[in-house]
Amino acid sequence: MKRLSAALGLVPFAAYVLLFLLVPTVLAIVSGFQDKQGGFTLANFAAFKDSAVWDSFWASTWLSVVTAVAGAVIGALACWALTGVSRDGWIRRCMDAASSVLAQFGGVMLAFAFIVTIGMNAVITVFLKDRLGLDMYAGGNWLYTVPGLILPYLYFQIPLMIITFLPAMEGLKPQWAEASATLGGTRSSYWTRVGFPVLAPSFLGALLLLFANAFSSYATAAALISQGAQIVPLQIRAALVGETGASSANTAGVLALGMVVVMTVVMVVYSVLMKRAARWQR
Amino acid sequence: MSRSLSVDTAPRPWLRRLILTVVAVLLVVPLLAMLEFSLRQTGGGYGAEHWTGLFDPENERKYRAMFKGLMNSLVLALLVLVLVLVVLFPTIVLVHLRFPRLQRILDLLTILPIAIPAIVMVVGFAPIYRWIGQNISTETWTLFLAYGILVLPFAYRAIVTDLAGVDARTLSEAARSLGSNWFAVLVKVLAPNVRRGLLNASLLTIAIVLGEYTVSALLSRRTFQVALLQLNQSDPFGAVIMSFLSLVVIFGLLVLVGWLTARPRKGERKAAASASRGAAGDATGASPAVPAVPASAGRNAAAPSVPASQKEGPDAR
Repeated sequence: MKRLSAALGLVPFAAYVLLFLLVPTVLAIVSGFQDKQGGFTLANFAAFKDSAVWDSFWASTWLSVVTAVAGAVIGALACWALTGVSRDGWIRRCMDAASSVLAQFGGVMLAFAFIVTIGMNAVITVFLKDRLGLDMYAGGNWLYTVPGLILPYLYFQIPLMIITFLPAMEGLKPQWAEASATLGGTRSSYWTRVGFPVLAPSFLGALLLLFANAFSSYATAAALISQGAQIVPLQIRAALVGETGASSANTAGVLALGMVVVMTVVMVVYSVLMKRAARWQR
Repeated sequence: MSRSLSVDTAPRPWLRRLILTVVAVLLVVPLLAMLEFSLRQTGGGYGAEHWTGLFDPENERKYRAMFKGLMNSLVLALLVLVLVLVVLFPTIVLVHLRFPRLQRILDLLTILPIAIPAIVMVVGFAPIYRWIGQNISTETWTLFLAYGILVLPFAYRAIVTDLAGVDARTLSEAARSLGSNWFAVLVKVLAPNVRRGLLNASLLTIAIVLGEYTVSALLSRRTFQVALLQLNQSDPFGAVIMSFLSLVVIFGLLVLVGWLTARPRKGERKAAASASRGAAGDATGASPAVPAVPASAGRNAAAPSVPASQKEGPDAR
């Protein structure tokens, strides 16, 4: 009886998650299999006949791979350096806070930041052009194309790497370094024999998370690229707002399904990697 | 855990400084560029023209939509905060204390909003919000239900990480045996002990809601980001100043909370413990002494990254 009343306490949250997480997900996926009247159809998959859709999946994929790899490497180096500073010092505190802000706060504002940093009339662009004779835009205005997204994406990928990878890095037990040193190991042998192997699953996991993060990111791209649909989230925007005139909501459903498939693969591999990483974190 | 031993594995000081400087410069340059841009005068040269213009009553019309959007987003943040504290937090505690078996399911459910991109969720939210628009309201505040889902992974992990470091079972049993009811256990005993997690969760909630664009833009609701992007077309200076300000304010709040809630380390614990005990007691009336939790229990200001509990490795962040 007591247990029953306790179980009642779970009802509000369960109902909420059901209505606003599970139902929308199902609706999104099901809408890909529906025609305009709501009947079952596979016709929406014709969207994949369009080479622009494949191009956008390809562009999304390579953009995510590039920014995930670069972000993971730079972020991991930063984590490594952060293990050397005091946990309560101001450097660490500022880095923690800055990472949180940049990783989770506002793709639109980050887009603005890059327009005024490396845009046509931005301070760095003008400086390079006037003082050093380097014209960043000699090859056209690339900031508003997919390659132009790389730098803004890195601006939230590196902080996300710091947030995710730092705990793993700090999980390296000092005793291991001690043991390695007692057995005559050097700093480099410690890293090649102990550090890297232990951290590898966490690193790859974080890399996948960064990939997923870039792949699903929409706001930055939407703020920078107002015309065209070069990456998948922008394809979904185009389908939803119906610029193209194609059967909108259902096409969006099919594209969403495509994204979910990619994300599911990524998250499954991620959870396997995290299980391996957890072995060393007890 | 002694820090001095790990020095061996950290980079040498010159390399450490080099890496941190480069990363810090990479992160700071775009912000400085925003500041530089915002100080450009229309007639050339630098000055605070655009900053003062933003709050000049004469320009009220021009910025009305943007400030309205900001207000909408602040209201949303408040509503989502209530959702997190009133629905999510008690559920986490309930599962932790009474239904430990459900922990895994909860971990999995709360990771879903990361696995499912917001742009995909929008496709599913669209019919739901069409219904809400027809039957309840087309106002922006209704978005709080969707936003609650978006902040779920981050708020959940921030709270759970902190809760894992507290012996909640003993605390609640002690309080129950002294005659507290469930509500009192939650509010007077457990909440003060996980205040660090709750604070972090609240701050992340506010940051995410104020920065949210995807869902509100595609559902045509007027939030801060939607209004900013629109303002950017007529007055990029105003848009950049507001972005700069909000980035800096949220950053400042995070630093402040990190500083206020820092757990005392081993050496300082004795002195700090009595201080924090006093603080917790003041805030809550009669709460038990704050248990001395090891500094490693909830170390990260950005808690979503930390594995949910000792048992649950897989779903970090």
